[in-house]
Amino acid sequence: MTNRKNEILLTAPTLIWLAVFFVIPSFAMILVSFRPANANGGIEAGWTLDAWRALADPDYPVILWRTVWLSVVTTVVCLAIALPIAFLLGRLEGKWRGILLMLVIVPFWTNFVIRVAAWRIILHPEGMVRQALLSLGVIGPDTLLLYNEGAVLMVMIYTHLPFAILPLYAAAERFDYSLLEAARDLGASGFRAVMKIFVPGVSRGLLTAMALVLIPALGSYVIPDLVGGPSDEMIGNKIAQRTLGNRNLPQAATLSIALLVITLIPILVVFFINRKEQAESR
Amino acid sequence: MKSSRLPAIILGLVLVFLYLPIALLVVNSFNEARYSSTWGGFTLKWYEALLDRQNRDLWDAAQRTLLIALSTSSISMILGTLSACALHWYRSRLQQINYGILYLPIVIPDLLMGISLLLFLVALGVTLGAGTILIAHITFCASFVTVVVLGRLQGFDENVIAAARDLGASKWVIIRRIILPLLAPGIIAGGLLAFTLSVDDYVITFFVTGPGSTTLPLKIYSMVKHSKDLPIINAISTLFLVLTFLIVWLSQRLTEHQPNRDSR
Repeated sequence: MTNRKNEILLTAPTLIWLAVFFVIPSFAMILVSFRPANANGGIEAGWTLDAWRALADPDYPVILWRTVWLSVVTTVVCLAIALPIAFLLGRLEGKWRGILLMLVIVPFWTNFVIRVAAWRIILHPEGMVRQALLSLGVIGPDTLLLYNEGAVLMVMIYTHLPFAILPLYAAAERFDYSLLEAARDLGASGFRAVMKIFVPGVSRGLLTAMALVLIPALGSYVIPDLVGGPSDEMIGNKIAQRTLGNRNLPQAATLSIALLVITLIPILVVFFINRKEQAESR
Repeated sequence: MKSSRLPAIILGLVLVFLYLPIALLVVNSFNEARYSSTWGGFTLKWYEALLDRQNRDLWDAAQRTLLIALSTSSISMILGTLSACALHWYRSRLQQINYGILYLPIVIPDLLMGISLLLFLVALGVTLGAGTILIAHITFCASFVTVVVLGRLQGFDENVIAAARDLGASKWVIIRRIILPLLAPGIIAGGLLAFTLSVDDYVITFFVTGPGSTTLPLKIYSMVKHSKDLPIINAISTLFLVLTFLIVWLSQRLTEHQPNRDSR
């Protein structure tokens, strides 16, 4: 079945679909960013730099910085939690490994909006957690658990954690644990053996986990919108506002391009490290 | 080697962290009290409330969600299977490009896919609604189906095709009687994945939806956002969870029963 005509027949339908509805729209975004916006939220003919000039608004650097900061903290915490879990799952044998792995993955299948909504209901001012803390006197009557940066961070860690555990587990599964015993025999402490041998041993998994958490985290919109306050907005919120509420599509386009550029950094880092490793192993 | 208990403790805490919100949500859907801080006794009234006339729009949204998900998974199954075969059997420059373009929708944040598609549709003057939601869902699901089917193809014994050809089977007979049945579990697992991704999607749908075309995640979102009818959200979310678990269980069973492809 190896001829050119069959190859085209197999390739064309999906490639054309993605070209029309994914590749061209991505470039259209660049064009739209140079168009003037009209008062009805539409796009006018002609060319202007208005939407790009609007990026100079002092609000935007703050929001961009907050987006990067929250995403990086989320990534670091997720990796730090996922590493010991992957270490444990990779070492387990047989039935328990499967069961525990399953338990880690299941929440990841449940609807994203529902998972975030569950936190909003739990942390709700009338909800059980705040009421319990109030009656224990841990918090005062003015303390809200919702609508702050802490809530945003916690829910971001909650939703992204499985993305960190899975690739690290895949790497740990291939790790040779007898190397750790050898290090211990040679006098290394348990912690030192893990840091010097296990962590470098699963570096590929760490890299994948980093990308899988950081990239979607940068594009967060639902979490800051549902559990954050007005001062916890991320760039995704601004894009959504410029699309719906305070409609200005060219500005939504420039903000999206800014987000895309930031997102490309981890994508390219992973791409080049992978390519370098492949070249070295040849 | 003496092993530290720390990883096990962390795993235990993480499992509690992961399951607590979901468990509380399910428990509260049977809670008589309006707010989760008190237990007012067992009730099914929030589920009964789902059947009320005033909640008709929830059912409309559920129906639309299922219809879009079914169409998305059927079309993505076809597109994903074709492109997986192309990627597996050919090693040309075209396939390098194909590979790159197929992987991008998986890595790019969904927000960016949604906004760029919206800008494109608005620039073309397309009316937004269920149709544009379907287009958007197929666009991100086709790649996921491709990856799943590609995994199945990696364990594919090419000799079977060669043998069939030697015995005089035509191209269509080979496709229908050999390739499709062997790939079927992968294609169906990919389709189920597409179904769950479509039912699950909020962000992309939010951008490309039009007036009157609400889906269930959009509906739940706006109810949560306005802190309206919280117990009803618990009830509908619980039903939603049950549906997702059924589908996932089904797709697990399909992928488990693969012939030993990695008999290393």
